[in-house]
Amino acid sequence: MEVLVQQIINGLTLGAIYGLIAVGYTMVFGIIGMVNFAHGDVFMVGGFSALILFLLVTGALGHGAGVIFLAIIVCLVLGMALTGLWNWAIERIAYRPLRGSFRLAPLISAIGMSMVLVNFVQVAQGARNKPIPPMLRDGIKIMERDGFVVTLAYKQIVIFVVTALLLGIFWYVVQKTPLGRAQRACEQDGKMAALLGIDVDRTVSITFVIGAALAAVAGVMYLVYYGVISFSDGFIPGVKAFTAAVLGGIGSLPGAVLGGLIIGMVETLWSAYFSIDYKDVAAFMLLAITLIFLPQGLLGKPEVEKV
Amino acid sequence: MAASRDDKPATLADILRNALFWTGIALGLFCLLIGLKTDQQANEIVLVPRVGLLAGVLLAVFLFTVAGGLWTSHHQARRAAGKANVTGDAIKRIEPFIKPFLIAFVLTFPFIAIGLSGWQGSLKWIDNFGIQILIYVMLGWGLNVVVGLAGLLDLGYVAFYAVGAYSYSLLATQYGLSFWILLPIAGILAAFWGIILGFPVLRLRGDYLAVVTLAFGEIIRLVLINWVDFSNGYAGISSIPRPTFFGIPFTNDEGGFASVFGLEPSGLYYKIFLFYLILGLALITAYVTTRLRRLPIGRAWEALREDEIACRALGINTVTTKLTAFAIGAMFGGFGGSFFAARQGFISPESFTFIESAQILAIVVLGGAGSLYGVVIAAVGIVGGFEILRELDFLKEVFGNDFDPAQYRALIFGLSMVVIMLWKPRGLVSTRDPSVVLKERKAISSELMKEGHG
Repeated sequence: MEVLVQQIINGLTLGAIYGLIAVGYTMVFGIIGMVNFAHGDVFMVGGFSALILFLLVTGALGHGAGVIFLAIIVCLVLGMALTGLWNWAIERIAYRPLRGSFRLAPLISAIGMSMVLVNFVQVAQGARNKPIPPMLRDGIKIMERDGFVVTLAYKQIVIFVVTALLLGIFWYVVQKTPLGRAQRACEQDGKMAALLGIDVDRTVSITFVIGAALAAVAGVMYLVYYGVISFSDGFIPGVKAFTAAVLGGIGSLPGAVLGGLIIGMVETLWSAYFSIDYKDVAAFMLLAITLIFLPQGLLGKPEVEKV
Repeated sequence: MAASRDDKPATLADILRNALFWTGIALGLFCLLIGLKTDQQANEIVLVPRVGLLAGVLLAVFLFTVAGGLWTSHHQARRAAGKANVTGDAIKRIEPFIKPFLIAFVLTFPFIAIGLSGWQGSLKWIDNFGIQILIYVMLGWGLNVVVGLAGLLDLGYVAFYAVGAYSYSLLATQYGLSFWILLPIAGILAAFWGIILGFPVLRLRGDYLAVVTLAFGEIIRLVLINWVDFSNGYAGISSIPRPTFFGIPFTNDEGGFASVFGLEPSGLYYKIFLFYLILGLALITAYVTTRLRRLPIGRAWEALREDEIACRALGINTVTTKLTAFAIGAMFGGFGGSFFAARQGFISPESFTFIESAQILAIVVLGGAGSLYGVVIAAVGIVGGFEILRELDFLKEVFGNDFDPAQYRALIFGLSMVVIMLWKPRGLVSTRDPSVVLKERKAISSELMKEGHG
């Protein structure tokens, strides 16, 4: 029972990270109908930017508790901005000229971009794992029995709060602002939106920037949670977040978050009760099973084929 | 890159403004990732500033965008002056001459190599260049069935390569069966896996299909790593037996290839044998795919690539069409895999990573999906290019001793994939002309038509 509670807490933490990445996939898919294959690596770039910013701040100010707090804020704000810039540039250079080109062209371009990002970070920053000093080590004891303590670590609280806060802001932007309205309009019918005076290119660009900013938040959270990042860390979380987006119903924003939480739970529980070696296999199988039996996802709309 | 959309040539001021804009963007992109390097010192990570490198990269971006701007404005000026941009498709024109020349060159390649660089020096050319390139040509042609003909983007092709390699290695080391018996078995097993993995993804298209095949490729690799009893995990399988020449082994002792034919003992015969073996396999792949294109199933593949909904409306069974494409592509992957295992003598899951799938896909896509020549050109360019890059020692003098071109492999792949997509989304040599036509080619070919959403 205690183990289960602890695993559920860990699973939700992981799920929050996947959910943040999945929102980027699902938004981009909703608006231009492509899988941004490089999105997982954009998340990795976000994590790396956070690593460097974190080292900059702690290097200048030391390792006090207040400094750590400040460093996380700096990582979040600047990391979101710089990662957003990365995704903006990627969309502008590699995807926008291919809009309306043949079907697979943007996807292949995205695969190329994904390789460029991974290899660029590998060459520029080295291939080794990059650890940061452990921080926010303590936590709150929730319950204890027979020597097994269930803890909610402070960093998990940080992750929950930041994720909830940012998803809340994001939800407000999409639902209540003119920008969000333009986005939803482009998603429903790009041509019609353009005819009604919405700058579709600009809306798509902003969508990419927002998606990347949320991925950067996930990158910061990943760094805070695991305390280590490497150039290849984008691939597996990327595929899992894509699974989350598909599971929740691609195109659906609450679906992406829900899917992320489910994937996080499945992965953690699988590691705890079955086999830690096969946890990635479990997530990938879940992707296949979803696509076979529930292709529209949990909260998605069924796809209508049109000629 | 961001040239003004109207046809008016950009002025110099515009070009400079644009270049400065992109340099500013590059500053934002690279200030952390290039400007500061994370180095491990003792137990902690420290930051080392690299201002010089950052400035160099920014200067390169600036010069590149200026050059790009000047080039586009030059072209716009020419177009405005009414000079037609005549770029004939050179490859199509000389196509009839390529085939015999290419085949003759490849058939005599080992002897040309021996003649030019001597008995010892030719080893490198035959092994590193000849065999290596031909493996990728063969895999490219195999994947071409799935991607180029049927239009199904498969990112997990390396899974079938792995199935072929492990089938041969395990059956040969456990049961002592010969290469020639196991080659078809490996192909059949790979085809079988192609069907198994094809079934769940039948309803998926395009992007979904790509990610799911990628996931399957990873699942197979993860199982090979973790199921140690079956595959020996990371340690891999070693001392895989070599293929024999009609029962004659390639050894230097009595009864070996050299002594039977009364030749001087040398390791080169084995390499030459492997070269012709993979050449034969590649030519079989090419022959089978060109013949299949003319059969109803091949025509169904091409139709499927163009428009899946129309296919179904016309009564084509998309299930069998897709599954045969997967199975046949996988079968060639299996052949390639068992050849790879036999040639290396050692395999481990490390050989079957996603980057390998991406490399094969890059060869198919860059060369031009559906084109046999395109695959050859791309394989020679990519695989041969990297082998040559490794040979260039003067690069070390320019960039310092730590410079290892192999590090930049994925970067160059990725960039070339993006650039080719921007420049020629259909690949270098590509055609959407149907392989089979009724009586005559129509003036309006599918080349000019918009593509359906298959």
